[in-house]
Amino acid sequence: MKTYILGFCMLCLGVMSCKQETKQVAEATETLKQSEEISDMSIYNLPSTWTNQNGKDIQLKDLKGNVLVMVMIYTTCKAACPRLVADMRNIEKRLPESTKGKVNMIFVSIDPETDTPERLKAFAKENFMDKEPWTFLRSSEQNTREFAAVLAVKYKEISPMDFSHSNIISVFNDAGELVFQQEGLGVNSDATIENIEKAVNEM
Amino acid sequence: MFKKTYILFGIAILLQTIVFGQTSKDMLHIQGGSYIPLYGRDSVLVTVNDFFMDKLPVTNEQYVDFVKQYPKWQKSNVKRLFADEMYLRNWKNDTILNSTEHLKSPITYVSWFAASKYCECQGKRLPTVDEWEYVAMADEELADARVKKTYNEKILSWYEAPRTNTYEVGRNPENFWGIKDLHGLVWEWTSDFNSILITGESRKDVDKDTNLFCGSAAVGATDLMNYAAFMRYAFRGSITARYNIKNLGFRCVQDMPFE
Repeated sequence: MKTYILGFCMLCLGVMSCKQETKQVAEATETLKQSEEISDMSIYNLPSTWTNQNGKDIQLKDLKGNVLVMVMIYTTCKAACPRLVADMRNIEKRLPESTKGKVNMIFVSIDPETDTPERLKAFAKENFMDKEPWTFLRSSEQNTREFAAVLAVKYKEISPMDFSHSNIISVFNDAGELVFQQEGLGVNSDATIENIEKAVNEM
Repeated sequence: MFKKTYILFGIAILLQTIVFGQTSKDMLHIQGGSYIPLYGRDSVLVTVNDFFMDKLPVTNEQYVDFVKQYPKWQKSNVKRLFADEMYLRNWKNDTILNSTEHLKSPITYVSWFAASKYCECQGKRLPTVDEWEYVAMADEELADARVKKTYNEKILSWYEAPRTNTYEVGRNPENFWGIKDLHGLVWEWTSDFNSILITGESRKDVDKDTNLFCGSAAVGATDLMNYAAFMRYAFRGSITARYNIKNLGFRCVQDMPFE
């Protein structure tokens, strides 16, 4: 009798870890269905949690409904990032009035260790971006790697304060699907703006 | 009565660690160390901590079990964001392989997302490029065999051999650490494969696009003699996480329990 109980206990403990996860997944898909279908290619399929410059935790799907313009940077960057920030600022400036309030401009940190929410807040203020439509996000290293994989952005830490990274600005439509990528620094942003407008018009 | 419960609980936990720790049989301990990889941080030493690595690449059979348990990752259910149309291309349906495939062959046609998820569900993770290359620079005798002429030649002769992905796992000899098949069967996913800053178009004869990558001048090859490694890095630099490729599989690693 005792052996049975023992065996049962072991089994319970053994299968617990994986079973729980399946259950969570099932619940997650259910809530998903309740809200609205998320398309196969949408970044809202990513379950990762991100923290913004105000210390608020969000999931990517909380951004649903607006067109997203995203770029991956790190705040201690001296070379390309200031130019990427400038590129983002120029894009935002050139957007027509009709798109205002429908576009989120988002910076995602590739250096979550250094870029704490406080650091992101300070960076936002320095750049006069601590307001709509700007958002700064950070997450765990694993989630960041995953997000970069989705964006086909490459990055590598080359010293504790310096990273190599791709300079890519990505545009997502209101369903979270990647519709356009601008590659390179200081390039002409006409096509990017066109694609943002198009995505807004299709909302 | 209390005593009994404690003992019972103790035994259960002990058994669980034995069953799920899997440290002795399927995974092997890799002692950490430092080395200069082909592409590193300013050509300085990279330090790798102690970890456990799967002795063998994940097989078709193991992956069949995985998709049965996690139907979300079956061929017809997988989200296109996480795997393109080539996912499990050599499978007849959601849970059965084509008759031409072997259960003991390494799983291929899997995306980075799928491979990551598989490892996560086993309580493991994908190795980093640095970890993978660290173990892969060993031959049967030396932990770092890159100085040997035969080491490079052997790997390159495999790169030339066709259809090695159809072989069964475990056919190659154990390396210094007891790990098999890092070379000789399939190429393998790494967690940070997207840290290789080479543009996809290798025919352009340039390996870095200074406009596309910030700071890329700091990252260059340190040991161009290691041509086999160069090919691996170039391959990693050319792929995207959604890709499912015929000769690309994976294995998992695990951190040491107490650091």
